[in-house]
Parts: sequence; C-alpha cells; structure tokens
Amino acid sequence: MTSQRIAVERDPVEPGPDRPLTIWVDGEPVTGTAGQTIAGVLLGAGRRQWRTTREGGAPRGVFCGIGVCFDCLVEVNGLPDVRACLRRAQDGDVVADQGAPPSGGSLPEVTS
Amino acid sequence: MSKGLRHVVVVGAGPAGLAAARAAAEAGARVTLLDAADGLGGQYWRHLPAARPAGREHVLHHRWSTFGELSGALRANPAVTVVESAQVWSLERPDGGIRLNVLVGEPDAVGRAVLVLEPDALVLATGAHDRTLPFPGWQLPGVYSAGAAQALAKGERVAVGRRVVVAGAGPFLLPVASALLWTGATVVGVHEAAGPGALARGWLSRPWELAGAAGKAGELAGYVGELARHRVPWRPGEAVVAAHGDGQVEAVTIARLDERWAPVAGTERQVEADAVCVSHGFTPRLELAVAAGCALSPSRFVVVDDAQATSVPGVWAAGEITGIGGADAALAEGAVAGTAAAGGDLGVVRVAVRARARARGFAARIEAAHGVRGGWVRWLRDDTVVCRCEETTYGRVREVVELTGSHETRSVKLTSRAGLGPCQARMCGRTLQELLGDAPGGDSDAGGTAPGVDRRPLVVPVRLGDLASLPSTSASTSP
Amino acid sequence: MIERVDVAADVVIVGAGIVGAACARALARAGARVTVLDRVAAASATSAHGEGNLLVSDKGPGPELELAKVSLRRWAHLADELADELGPLFPSIEHEAKGGLVVVTSADGLDGLRGFAEAQRAAGVEAVEVTAEQARELEPDLAPGVVGAVYYPQDAQVQPVAAAEALLASARRAGAVVRTEVEVTGPLLGDGGRLTGVATTRGEVSAGAVVVAAGPWSAEVAERLGARIAVRPRRGMVLVTTPMRQRVRHKVYDGDYFAATQSAGAELQTSAVIESTRGGTVLIGSSREQVGFDDRLSTQVLAQLARRAVAVFPFLARTNVMRSYLGFRPYMPDHLPVIGPDPALPGLWFATGHEGAGVGLAPATGDLLAAGMLGLAAAVDPRPYAVDRPTLRPRVAHGEALA
Ligand SMILES: Cc1cc2nc3c(=O)[nH]c(=O)nc-3n(C[C@H](O)[C@H](O)[C@H](O)COP(=O)(O)OP(=O)(O)OC[C@H]3O[C@@H](n4cnc5c(N)ncnc54)[C@H](O)[C@@H]3O)c2cc1C
Ligand SMILES: Cc1cc2nc3c(=O)[nH]c(=O)nc-3n(C[C@H](O)[C@H](O)[C@H](O)COP(=O)(O)OP(=O)(O)OC[C@H]3O[C@@H](n4cnc5c(N)ncnc54)[C@H](O)[C@@H]3O)c2cc1C
Ligand code: FES
Repeated sequence: MTSQRIAVERDPVEPGPDRPLTIWVDGEPVTGTAGQTIAGVLLGAGRRQWRTTREGGAPRGVFCGIGVCFDCLVEVNGLPDVRACLRRAQDGDVVADQGAPPSGGSLPEVTS
Repeated sequence: MSKGLRHVVVVGAGPAGLAAARAAAEAGARVTLLDAADGLGGQYWRHLPAARPAGREHVLHHRWSTFGELSGALRANPAVTVVESAQVWSLERPDGGIRLNVLVGEPDAVGRAVLVLEPDALVLATGAHDRTLPFPGWQLPGVYSAGAAQALAKGERVAVGRRVVVAGAGPFLLPVASALLWTGATVVGVHEAAGPGALARGWLSRPWELAGAAGKAGELAGYVGELARHRVPWRPGEAVVAAHGDGQVEAVTIARLDERWAPVAGTERQVEADAVCVSHGFTPRLELAVAAGCALSPSRFVVVDDAQATSVPGVWAAGEITGIGGADAALAEGAVAGTAAAGGDLGVVRVAVRARARARGFAARIEAAHGVRGGWVRWLRDDTVVCRCEETTYGRVREVVELTGSHETRSVKLTSRAGLGPCQARMCGRTLQELLGDAPGGDSDAGGTAPGVDRRPLVVPVRLGDLASLPSTSASTSP
Repeated sequence: MIERVDVAADVVIVGAGIVGAACARALARAGARVTVLDRVAAASATSAHGEGNLLVSDKGPGPELELAKVSLRRWAHLADELADELGPLFPSIEHEAKGGLVVVTSADGLDGLRGFAEAQRAAGVEAVEVTAEQARELEPDLAPGVVGAVYYPQDAQVQPVAAAEALLASARRAGAVVRTEVEVTGPLLGDGGRLTGVATTRGEVSAGAVVVAAGPWSAEVAERLGARIAVRPRRGMVLVTTPMRQRVRHKVYDGDYFAATQSAGAELQTSAVIESTRGGTVLIGSSREQVGFDDRLSTQVLAQLARRAVAVFPFLARTNVMRSYLGFRPYMPDHLPVIGPDPALPGLWFATGHEGAGVGLAPATGDLLAAGMLGLAAAVDPRPYAVDRPTLRPRVAHGEALA
C-alpha cells in the first residue's frame, strides 16, 4: 500500500477515535472514518486513482489536494463533477468513476 | 444585527482573512467572514475537522495558539458573522457597488443556499495555490503538488507515500518535507531548483539564515534541524525532470540544473519512490480581484497601497494574493487591511505595519532566489502533458503555434484545447503563457486590455440548476 | 525597437476576425496582394467570444437568408478544402452538419413556428415539422412540455477560432500577409480624396483599397478613416458546461430564438441555443443586450440563460457550468451586414455588421467582397448589402418612408 491513513494509535497528533464509515466505490466497499473527504478515504485505503480521463483513458486521483486542479472529480450518489478532495464522505456514499466509458444502455457518444 | 454600522465582508479565512476580520471588528465594523472550506485557518492552519478533533494538533503547526486566539475572538464577537462552506462564485459590479454571489453548502452540491452580499467594504484574502511546472510523467497517480501532500498530511492524516521525493523551488518545500516526516514517510530528498548562486543572491547565504524576517527564519531553521535529524538531504540546483511508472509512480529522474534551470546533460539519476511532491512557487487566486477590476502588477499580484487598498475604491486585499510572503506577512497585511476597510486608524496597528515591512523583504528574497527560470522548458518532451484536463501535450502546443502562426494564448487555447478543461487553466495557464511568450496580459478579452488567463467570471463551477433558481432581483443582504 | 510594417498592397484588410480572414482568403486566392492588420491578435476578438452556429433556422425569407444558404454550402466544402490544404495536423475546424431542432412548449408558440417554417420552406429552406414524439426520438432528453418542433437538417456548426485560423493560414499560402498588434489609426489620402491606404501604430500601409472588417469596432475604424457606418455592439453571454457524456445530439433552440434576433430592442433578450461540442462541453447561448462595450458580468443574464436551457433539457440542471464569457456582436440597425464599397469615400470597402451570424456568413461575405472588388460574377445580388441601401439612410425629414 503506497498511500495510507496513519493509524490513530500511532499518530503523534492524537486524532479522536475512529468513527468508521463505508463508501461504495465502483461497487466495492471502502472504509474510512467520519470527517475524511472522499479523497481522504480513498487514499487512506491505499487507492490513489479513481478517474479515467476522457481522451487518453489515463488514471487520475488527487493532484492539488485543495480543489483547484479538478483531477479528483468523481460521481457521488449519481451526481458527476464532485471534487473528491473537498467533499466530506458520508456513510453509504456511492462513488463512481465518471470518466469511464459509457456502460451498456447509455447513449452513444457524439462522434464525427 | 446592528444596522447602520459599516459592513465589511472578508473573503478567505486563512491567516490574512482571520486577521482582517478581527481588525475590522475591533475598528467598529459589522463583519461577515466567508470561506469556501468547512473550517477556518486557510492553507497554513489546515487541521483535522471537528469530526476528528486532535489532542495535539499543535505539533503540526507554527503559531497554533495565534490561530486559537483569532478564531476564538471572531466566534465570540457578536459583530462578526462567520459563514463556512460559503463559496463566493462570482463578483458583480452594479453601478457604484460590489455584489458577492455566494452559495452555501457542500462543495459541488446541487441546491446550495443562495447568499447575496452588497458590502460597504470588501477585503479579499483568497490566498494562493501552489504552481507545479509540467515534467514528463507528472500526470501519473502518485505525483502530487507539494501543497497536496501538506494538505493531506495536516487535514486528513494521510501519508501520500512511503518513499517520497520532494522537489521544486522555495522555502515552502521545507514544511512540506516536515509534514511528510510527521506522517511516518521516508523523505528520500528535497531537491531545490534554485542553485547555490541564486540562493546566495536572494538569501545572503542560506535560506534559513535570514536577516530581518526573524519569525520566518526561526520557523525555517526549525525545519532544517528536523530534516537533518532524519538525515534528509536538501540539494540545491536539482530538479525532478521525469516521473516513471506503469499506471502510477515507481521512480523519478533527478538532474542537476544550471543557473537557468535547464537540466545539465549527464547528471540524470533515477531514484525509486512511490510518491513525488512538486511545487515551483504559488499562483494567487485572483478571480475575485480581477472581477472587481483591481489593478495587477506585472508579476500578477494585486497592487495595494500602504493601507492595503486596491485600485478599486471599497476593495482591500491581503495575504498571498498581494505577494508571496508567508503567514507572517499575511497576518500583518490582514490586520492593516481590516482596520483600513473598517475606516479605523492605522496607528492602532503600527506593529502590524512594521511586521509587514519585514515580511515584504522576505517575499522579495523568495522571488530573487527561487523565482522560476526559463530553462525548465528543456525538461519537456513532445509527449509531455501540459494541460492535465484536456491532455494537450507540449508537442501539440508547438505544432499548433507553428501551423497557425499564432502566439496568443486565447487562440492557442481554442485550437489546441489546452486550458479549456474543468480547472479553467488554473494548472497550465501561466505555463502556456510562458511557452507562448505571450505577454501576461494576453488572452485578450473582447479585444480589450484584460487580465488574461486570470479572468474567470465564474470563480468555480456552478450547477446550472442553481444558476437557474437564482432570485431574479438582487436579493438578501443578510447576514 | 518596434518593427515597422510599411508595405504596399493591393488590398489592406482591417481586422483579422472570421470575416477579415474569409475576405483575405477569397481575395488572395483571386490573385490580389493582401495585407491583414489587427490591433490585437488574429481570431481573438468577437470571433473568439461567440459560438459557431451556421444557421438557416433563425432566418426568415430575405437577403440574409439568401447569403446564409450560399454560405452554409460554402462551409461544407471549405471544411474539406481547408483540411486537404492544411493537412491533418492543423487544428480541425470541427465542421459538423448535425442539424437543428427548434422546439416549442405552447400551442401559440407552435402556430408561430409553423408559420415561420412555412415561409422559410417557400424560400428554399429545408424545414421539417416533427411531432413531439419525433422530436424526442431526435433528442431523448427533451423536456416533457415540448409540444412540437421543426427540424432543420441544413444547420451546422464550426469552431470559430480554428476556422478563422484555418482561413488565415490558407490566405497566407496564397500570398496574404497577416500582421498583428498593428492598430489602424488614420487614412492615407490620395488625389481627389481617394483612400490610398492606412496609417498605423507601426507605420503606413499603402493600398489600392481598404476593407474595414473590424467587427463591432467598425464604426470607430470607419471614423478614423473619415467615413461613417452605423455598427454598434450588441452584447451576448454564453455558458459552458464541464465535459460530459453527450446527451445533446443536435443544435436545439427554444422557439423564441427567431423572435429575439428580429427585434431591435435594447433590453435584455435571451433564448437558449443548446449544443454540444467535440470537447464534450455543452454551450448555452446567448443573450442579446445593447449596453455598449460594458464587459461586466451579470448573473441575472446568466440565470435567464440557465432557466431557458433547463426548460428545454431538464437534465442540465445537475450539470456544472465551468465558464461564462461574453462578446459584442457587430449589430446593424436593419439586421443586415454591409458588404461592398463606400460611395462616399472611394477606396474604402466594408465587410462588417454581421451581428450574430458572422461565422455563418463569412465565406459568402468573402466571395461577395472579392467579386465586387475584382469585377467577378457574384453568387448573390450584392445590392441588399450596400452601405447606401435605403434602410440605412438617415431619416432626414418627417414622413420619409423606409423602403
Ligand atoms: C496547500 C497549501 C499548503 C500550504 N501550507 C503551508 C505551510 O504549511 N506553511 C507555510 O508557511 N505556508 C504554507 N502554504 C503557503 C500559504 O498559502 C501561506 O503561508 C498562507 O496560508 C497564506 O495565507 P492567506 O490568508 O493569504 O491565504 P490562505 O491561507 O490560502 O487562505 C485563503 C482562503 O480563502 C478561501 N477562498 C479562496 N477563494 C474563495 C472564494 N471564492 N470563496 C470563499 N472562500 C475562498 C480559501 O478556502 C482559503 O481558506 C501553503 C499553501 C498551500 C496552497
Ligand atoms: C455571444 C455571441 C454568440 C454568437 N454566436 C454566433 C453563432 O452561433 N454563429 C455565428 O455565425 N455568429 C455568432 N456570433 C457572431 C459572430 O461572432 C460575429 O458576427 C463575428 O465573429 C464577427 O466577426 P468579425 O471578423 O466581423 O469581427 P471580430 O472577430 O471582432 O474581428 C474584428 C477585428 O478587428 C480588429 N480591430 C478593431 N479595431 C481595429 C483597429 N483600429 N486596427 C486594427 N484592427 C482592429 C479587432 O481587434 C478584431 O480582431 C456570436 C457573437 C456573440 C457575441
Ligand atoms: S485534487 Fe485538485 S481538485 Fe481535488
């Protein structure tokens, strides 16, 4: 695991005790603690990419961490274009890769 | 709330905005303090949220007690209204005034509450974000801006990696490395682009041996000691010139730089790392200042006078949007701006005026020593992504310039797509202008002399439905 | 040391927007030595602050429609010609013949639209009336309130900046010279007061003829040269969403669109034109206001645009708007461009005043201008676009009829 949340018992900053929450990311459960952003939960669980770019199909996650680069955009509970580094996670949030190619049933891309 | 008092609105609750709000209230104004974040403190005092209160937050911060005093004083003062999660998304200039359009609620949500303010005086303290020059591989997951590593360490207690390389330019790299150490990461090295020559000119000898800016010097010296204890090498005249990895960062190439920041051939070496944190300076968040019509300096900061007044009557500015001087400068400027905006007597904040003078010296030194030098372009390759949003490469930008013959930022944006994505050129705008050799004021707007890529009438994206449901008359002026 | 531009040309064109670019290409390819001057950069003023709709749907029978029909056919050919000439690496002009759909939400609106479409058909426009169900087949996400629509297969779009740059690049290959950051400040006058060139901030350019293609600044440029033209700015604002999976397939307008374009009122008018672009964004345009060159943002205008768009496509309410911009249409009081010579100042020509249709009308404008200057046959009758046409003559005495 490359990125991770510092375990409360080892953290010199002594954060309050964990209040676990679970978010669903592309169908899989990921746990974090109340007060984390969605990016915080994902990075804390060792996930550092959650968006696929439209043109190049390249993986992206956090870059600026403070809401200015828009690299971390995710779909949250069906609403696209949410900055994961700013939005606090709520238990049960459903998070999806908004850049992923359209799944079956959706409209074709406008091409030409 | 008392009517008839002068209403001062402060945008931004970092060191500058907090100091401004308190000073304005002490000078007798009614104050509204707005910040898009759901907590106070800005970038400098970013901390764990109320849902995870830390027992020993102070170990990560300098002047944590100052933050406590400021925020405590503001919360206790009935003349001050603090609105968090309050995103100012546009600023209008109806004849003879200023109108702030604010959405209050979760970031990027639909259906946020509408707040419209028409203040008697406005203090802009919107801060800055760090600027990262592109290099091959910088779009890989695992490459972060240095500020991101800092924000995640302080605000989330997340370590972005185990073996981390820190690179870029400026004294800010030191607190970043320190914060990474406090996450338990191994910092492989701190690579400072400025060479020993530039550092000597800017700092006399070494960054932490400052004359004049005593507070900042002490703070930096503390970081240096910490790096030494952890045996973290600090290497001037070097840069990360490429990041490598399959789907995420696995290694970086570090090279020596010449005086102009061009990589010196033959000095490249690969270093294994699972995270890279890179920042080459700061870009002020100028959207609101530009919308207000504030004059900008050639180096793209808001121009202010000795009372922190901008060129626009009724608008003051403080902190990083007026120059990169660190938290000391921000605090001092905030106190002056808040006092002046409230119509108070600057004699009362004489201490702040003196502190500001010292801090400005510090800012000038940062620029002299660490300012971006043009040679960095030499570490780009044709396939290096310049615009992260639209994935426009350096090669494509050059091709478009050659084919169209245009060096004008707006045209090249529209023909190469660089800068047209969701970040609206916040990441690549300055870079593009440098690559094009376009004057900073380029990207002309409707043919006039406009502030170029810094002009963004919509400060952040807004849901179309929220726009549609705006009240059709200029609305509430509370709080 | 500022580089001077003193040169001699057959024709000097003032303005490197889409109209100046189209004129430059037409003239240069017909053999004229052309110099284009712009005080800023090419394709950076109005042509970079509008949209790229190529429309017949918004035009009633008359000279503007005649020009549009010719011009839209020209654009379709130009897209291929320019791509062949400039090669695959040149930025695409993104010509898309995607067709337009005008939708209405009330029975009254439907009647008005039907009548308009009928007249257009008589003038040779393809205007296909479709039912609400058929409209939803074309655009599945339309609002439930849509009661009927007219489909215009001829409507198309280009990316105006890329298109202007392509026209200029093509003109350069035919020998034209484009000089930017050169402002035209005054006339060069010859025998008998004939205009023989222009004075600029960087020297003098002598020429057999001067073309004013300065968009909404054409009145100012004309005045500097000693002439008059009644072009005024008409402000428009546009909203741009973040990129998304496309759900808007055609250009879709609410049925008020033509009503707004035909009106001269100074007050704010909006009617939504909703279209997706190749970059994945949706453009929502645009308002019309006469407020001079006031470039201050107005959230009231943006809110009105947003309301119109959401009324047509409810799903858009949840999309993010990431940018808004504004531009100034070069507006003529009688809603027709001016293309041709100025009888009051020999040597002076105009190609301006296209208001909200300059991109669409640019190719035909260039051809018409070149035909007039070089004495070639023109595809349309030039007289309706003359600067001394009756509808532009000042009303000198009470009771003088407008022809
Ligand atoms: C990510 C990051 C981390 C940093 N960490 C450190 C550090 O550890 N040590 C150090 O010495 N320096 C650090 N810096 C530098 C830091 O910017 C300054 O030292 C100091 O914080 C500047 O204070 P300020 O008040 O000018 O701005 P900031 O502290 O940046 O405060 C600006 C505030 O304005 C708010 N804001 C901006 N626009 C709007 C809007 N439109 N509507 C509502 N609110 C808005 C922002 O949310 C922010 O809270 C950091 C910078 C960044 C970008
Ligand atoms: C919001 C909006 C939406 C629009 N949508 C559409 C649409 O969908 N379809 C369509 O066809 N049209 C549309 N238009 C209209 C279209 O953009 C214009 O008709 C067209 O761009 C005009 O082109 P131009 O070349 O005449 O003017 P411009 O592009 O303005 O070019 C004029 C040039 O003259 C230069 N100039 C001015 N003064 C001087 C001087 N003294 N010396 C040298 N140079 C000078 C300027 O710098 C400028 O570059 C829209 C316009 C707006 C504002
Ligand atoms: S990481 Fe940059 S906006 Fe979230």
